[in-house]
Amino acid sequence: MTIASSSPPFRRRGDGVLAAVFIAPAMLGFLVFLLWPTLRGIYLSFTRFNLLTPAEWVGLDNYVRMVNDPIFWDSLTVTVEYVVLNIAVQTVAALAIAVLLQRLTQSALLRGIVLTPYLMSNVVAGLVWLWILDTQLGIGNEIIGALGVDRVPFLADETWAIPTIALINVWRHVGYTALLLFAGLQAIPNDVYEAARVDGASEWRMFWRVTMPLLRPVLAVVLIMTVIGSFQVFDTVAVTTAGGPANATNVLQFYIYGSAFGRFQFGYASAMSVALLVVLSAITVLQYRLTRAGQSDLG
Amino acid sequence: MAAVTTTSTPPASTPTPTPAVRPVRRGFSVGRAAAWTVMGLIVLITLLPFYWILRTALSSNAGLNADPANPLPVDLTGSGFERALGLQSAEEAIAQGGAGGGLDFWRYLLNSVIVSTLITGCQIFFSAMAAYAFARLRWRGRDQVFGLFLAGLMVPTIFTLLPNFVLIKQLHLVDSLLGIALPSLFMTPFAVFFLRQFFMNIPHEVEEAALLDGAGKVRIFFRVILPMASTPILTLSVLTYITSWNDYFWPLMVSYSDGSRVLTVALAIFRAQTPATGVDWSGLTAATLIAALPMLVLFAASARRIVSSIGFTGIK
Repeated sequence: MTIASSSPPFRRRGDGVLAAVFIAPAMLGFLVFLLWPTLRGIYLSFTRFNLLTPAEWVGLDNYVRMVNDPIFWDSLTVTVEYVVLNIAVQTVAALAIAVLLQRLTQSALLRGIVLTPYLMSNVVAGLVWLWILDTQLGIGNEIIGALGVDRVPFLADETWAIPTIALINVWRHVGYTALLLFAGLQAIPNDVYEAARVDGASEWRMFWRVTMPLLRPVLAVVLIMTVIGSFQVFDTVAVTTAGGPANATNVLQFYIYGSAFGRFQFGYASAMSVALLVVLSAITVLQYRLTRAGQSDLG
Repeated sequence: MAAVTTTSTPPASTPTPTPAVRPVRRGFSVGRAAAWTVMGLIVLITLLPFYWILRTALSSNAGLNADPANPLPVDLTGSGFERALGLQSAEEAIAQGGAGGGLDFWRYLLNSVIVSTLITGCQIFFSAMAAYAFARLRWRGRDQVFGLFLAGLMVPTIFTLLPNFVLIKQLHLVDSLLGIALPSLFMTPFAVFFLRQFFMNIPHEVEEAALLDGAGKVRIFFRVILPMASTPILTLSVLTYITSWNDYFWPLMVSYSDGSRVLTVALAIFRAQTPATGVDWSGLTAATLIAALPMLVLFAASARRIVSSIGFTGIK
């Protein structure tokens, strides 16, 4: 990791003291609420700890238990299923919206509208869709019924619950993702499109030959962010299904929360958090490599 | 390491105008019509749920049961809002399909405002100070320390939540507004990174001129750098406000009683209280709407500047 330093060479002496003062509050927050808890979380994962008595070192016990815990594996599977669905739909939809915003119109109003669901909390978004998709009274099911299809208990059915939650979160987040991609698209010089058009390229062809290759690095970075974000699904599950039916939506975060605050197994919950951290780091490294590959492609 | 931030075009004290208008073909074509149809559909899917909660909130529960598909409010009434605001007596509320307990709405609203304002104000200010030190001051180890901050971007929130809870508990700040605000009060790596990007782009000549005029670095920070970065700071502030207003997981962990309950948590409790058989949809959607309203207003007031300044910067 290299950080580009754009400052020109300084002629004056360093600003060490002033810098220390300016950085002190942020440093305090960083050390106390980010670095220390990270280290402490790793430590706690090797202990038995219920908040009431001091943590007791138990070595790898929590990890052994985790590996042998079918609910852990189930919830990891459910989480991955959620993430894959959420990311696939969200990325395609966000890309479509971003391209439409770029190629069709530059309206700031439309961009604002697209962003509105992002203003809602996950709790609100969850409740709104819980109502729309209600089996008996929801307008979603009324529309489906009018089309002659049987009612779907979207959030009460083991098969449908995870896809439904994934789509609810797509609704909430897609606008923000689209706006980030849109900003990436803005960086593509218009001349490239003009040149392509002079060569007789269609919009479709321009999308694949101009937009996609030039957007790829931005797309990759946005993907890393959204994948990490969507692995942290909790709120929507908590207000809609609470892990049910029959653990079908018991995502890892929810299981971790339940272990810590429902059963006061902070050590075990920490071990599962470490597992999540490892998974996320692996994904980040992997995606980052892919990003670099994409960048060198472009030359 | 790559990171993303939201940036506007070069820092400017005036609102950033929409980027140069691209020549868009005006002629009609099947493709454009199809594209506009898709765009219309997207807008519809985006906005319809908002109308639907408004329509439901203005209906009575009895009406909703009788006529679920009516596009207009059934049996137009404000009783859902009364229930959400805790203006109805328990008997009245139960008679209309609600649960006995209402929301102590104004209190939760106040809690949310206090927490979000505290977090946004402090976090942005402290992050700006740090960003200034990273971008414009010269000191040993600067790039290494910044690298450490950046690495913090990778730590998922869930990971720090449990240990932070233990810490907040040891500080005896559980169930207090300060306990909710504290972990994000000082910085987020994102905010520091975001602002540093801007500060680095401010031309050095501006600073040089101020130095020649005899201004110190502190003065330059307050009088030159901060004003020049007002648009990105506004954007970041609104995004931070929205994020902390909408936060649910952490406040849920830390708060146990009305004194520290924020709107998101209260809303989830209101939902949990409604009778399992026959949910109080009218009251629930009314509460949802009221809880979401402040962010809609905040956004409407700032959208023009923000929407154009959400941008993208990757670093290698």
